[in-house]
Amino acid sequence: MMTKSTRLLLAAAALALTLAYVFPLWHIALQAPQYPEGLGLYIAVNQVTGEKPQDLNSINNLNHYIGMKVITPADIPELRFMPWLLAGLIGVGVVAAAAGRRWMLYGFATLFVLGSVAGLYDFWRWGYDYGHNLDPHAIIKIPGMTYQPPLIGSKQLLNFHATSLPATGGWILIVAVTLAVLLSVREFRLARRAPAEA
Amino acid sequence: MSAPFVPARRALAGLLLASVALGACGKPTTTQAGMAGDAASRVYVAPGQYDEFYAFLSGGFSGQLAVYGLPSGRLLRVIPVFAQDGEKGYGYSQETKAMLETSYGFVPWDDAHHPSLSMTDGLHDGRWIFINGNNTPRIARIDLTKMETEEIIEIPNAAGNHASPFTTQNTEYVVGATRFSVPTPQRDVPISTYKETFDGLISFVKVDSASGALSLAFQIHMPGFDYDLARPGKGPSHGWAFFTSYNTEQASTLKERNASQNDKDYIAAVNWKRAEECVAQGKAKTMPATYVHTLRGEDGVARADTRSGAPVLEVADCPGVVYYLPTPKSPHGVDVNPSGEFMAAGGKLATVIPVFSFAKFQAAIQAKDFTGDVRGIPVVKYESALSCEVQQPGLGPLHNEFDDAGNAYTSMFVSSEIVKWSVKDCQVLDRIPTYYSIGHLLVPGGDTRKPYGKYVIALNKITKDRYLPTGPELTQSAQLIDITGAKMQLLLDFPTIGEPHYAQAIQASLIKDRQVRTYDLATSRNPDAVKSEKDARVERRGREVHVYGTMIRSHFAPDNIEGIEVGDSVYFHMTNLEQDWDVPHGFAITGQQDAELLVMPGATRTSLWVPQKVGVFPFYCTDFCSALHQEMQGYIRVSPKGSGVKLTYNNPSQS
Repeated sequence: MMTKSTRLLLAAAALALTLAYVFPLWHIALQAPQYPEGLGLYIAVNQVTGEKPQDLNSINNLNHYIGMKVITPADIPELRFMPWLLAGLIGVGVVAAAAGRRWMLYGFATLFVLGSVAGLYDFWRWGYDYGHNLDPHAIIKIPGMTYQPPLIGSKQLLNFHATSLPATGGWILIVAVTLAVLLSVREFRLARRAPAEA
Repeated sequence: MSAPFVPARRALAGLLLASVALGACGKPTTTQAGMAGDAASRVYVAPGQYDEFYAFLSGGFSGQLAVYGLPSGRLLRVIPVFAQDGEKGYGYSQETKAMLETSYGFVPWDDAHHPSLSMTDGLHDGRWIFINGNNTPRIARIDLTKMETEEIIEIPNAAGNHASPFTTQNTEYVVGATRFSVPTPQRDVPISTYKETFDGLISFVKVDSASGALSLAFQIHMPGFDYDLARPGKGPSHGWAFFTSYNTEQASTLKERNASQNDKDYIAAVNWKRAEECVAQGKAKTMPATYVHTLRGEDGVARADTRSGAPVLEVADCPGVVYYLPTPKSPHGVDVNPSGEFMAAGGKLATVIPVFSFAKFQAAIQAKDFTGDVRGIPVVKYESALSCEVQQPGLGPLHNEFDDAGNAYTSMFVSSEIVKWSVKDCQVLDRIPTYYSIGHLLVPGGDTRKPYGKYVIALNKITKDRYLPTGPELTQSAQLIDITGAKMQLLLDFPTIGEPHYAQAIQASLIKDRQVRTYDLATSRNPDAVKSEKDARVERRGREVHVYGTMIRSHFAPDNIEGIEVGDSVYFHMTNLEQDWDVPHGFAITGQQDAELLVMPGATRTSLWVPQKVGVFPFYCTDFCSALHQEMQGYIRVSPKGSGVKLTYNNPSQS
């Protein structure tokens, strides 16, 4: 059985994930000389929205010059099933904390890590697709130039300086996944010291 | 002040005639008298920094309202109000044309004199600014979040709406009055019957407290003098409004002499709360009137409606509604100090500035301290209402503004200077020359209960040698003067549009963060709006062709149109699909007799084009919108009348 403190922290980590329904996971900020006020996108578990009401619209309009596809949240299926995957993950975490079984904790941590990696890969893949699969008749074509935003960090894309960073929900996920891994390590060590108890 | 000043007392008799003729006198030997040594740093607003105040300067005979930043004196925008403006398509586009409708038909111009900010509790509230049209009597309302003219109301049976709009303490009313007395209501009479048939009207226009909508509340029928300027009371004098008059001689010709004979003319003190009671009691009679009211609807389209009949109060039917205060020599401005207790007048030809006490004026009414009456209007004894007189202040006093420290500033047209004096004891404290012939002057917030102080701005008629000359027609000017110290200090002068009569200034923080950036396309109610490029289309209805077009960086839809015939009426209804700040698109086409369209993001504007010639004509975007602005163009093919070319059009981004 897990220690009481592990169970409490695990429950906290699992329940903290519910905040990811409220706070966006990622933020892409765009700055250009013509946009001193900036443009921005928030990527949430179920939605892609502009930072200001018209930002997504404005970004799509600007993207037509480089032949980028229109970003239409309704066309991104992940946004429909990610909330359910997250709910499942929360469920596993809560059950594991309630049951107190170590294998359940390991399972939760493994699912969480794999899910995070898959999520980041999927985000990168969408970014790659938007940035590389450009209209061959695009208005602005610069040989060798692609427009994939960075997964994390900053990059100059023509006149725009793009900065991609986790947003509040993303930071909560990072803290939670780290906690899940640390708790697993802790319980794994305890289990090795007292194998009979397992 | 390094320049010698000709003392007004000695100069008065000898210089008055000469200076009236020359427009300016007492000209200092240096062109920089009163100039602060570190003036540049005190008006310098660094690139990218904001000014502290928005100043709204009337455009005078340009008919418009100019928006400046203070203290930099940078011109930020010209708001079209009473005049067509080709630059913005205002008064040309189908959506805005109706703004300039009057009972005289379409009037594409007016003479705009006095901006007046809306107030709550005697303080600027940053909602609207009103301005009068003097020539074809009108009052306009401008929305301060859009800086666009929203509404214009004509003042029926008035002539020369000069004493206007001057907002009451809570924007209950904006006022108007007849400057050029006329037969009231208008009728066909010999001019020689002036004294028998010519009258004036003092008008109160109600401002709806929620929407700002203007409606004529009532008018007061007045003797046929020329009612010149006005100020509503505030604080203790709230509920009253004061109007100057000249030509109490009731001359109809050569008024410059014949209207300058009486030693005293009158301030008409109107108890508008009393007038409201009388109107509520049904004492107003309907005077025949036809007047036009224009309003930009929620769909962004201006419409004109014609109203008829005006509620007019006869003074005899409403005792106590008006009193006359004798005031020296053809008074121009009458201005109420921040506490609302004192009213200072500017007798153009007077050698004193009289300051009346509202409390003494009320006591005189109670005591019936009258010297007679004019057509039933009691004339209060001058001395009974007088607080003090500023003796020999200078030549040609016109207007007074007030600071936050109990001082008044009076513009002196003839001696071309501003005189600072103390309201409580009428002592002159300081004077500074203006370049040249100041009319109105402005202290930011100077007409409110709490002036912001800091500056006085002179609004000058003559600039002669002040700027690089530009042929016979020279700019008029504004001069920024610091009033924070004991001595006024000149900081800056800058050119203005048209003629700056009065001006108002408001702290930028009250309105800058409420500025509309785009119009929401999704909720646009313009009946001709096209909300998506796929809905762009062209429809023929007989000889009318309606193009429902869209504009977005950097193309039109449609951009190829055929099947138009010579003489068709082609309506280009152009919607700017942008929802991004500062991305207007323009629309121009060869031979466009309406001006261009300049369409803000999310808005729709319509230009009527009647092709006169066969050919293929380009249309294009006039506002450099993007890197490929030059490519933002299209063609329309015009065939001979009756040629039967089929109407076709494309949708370029779907082909």
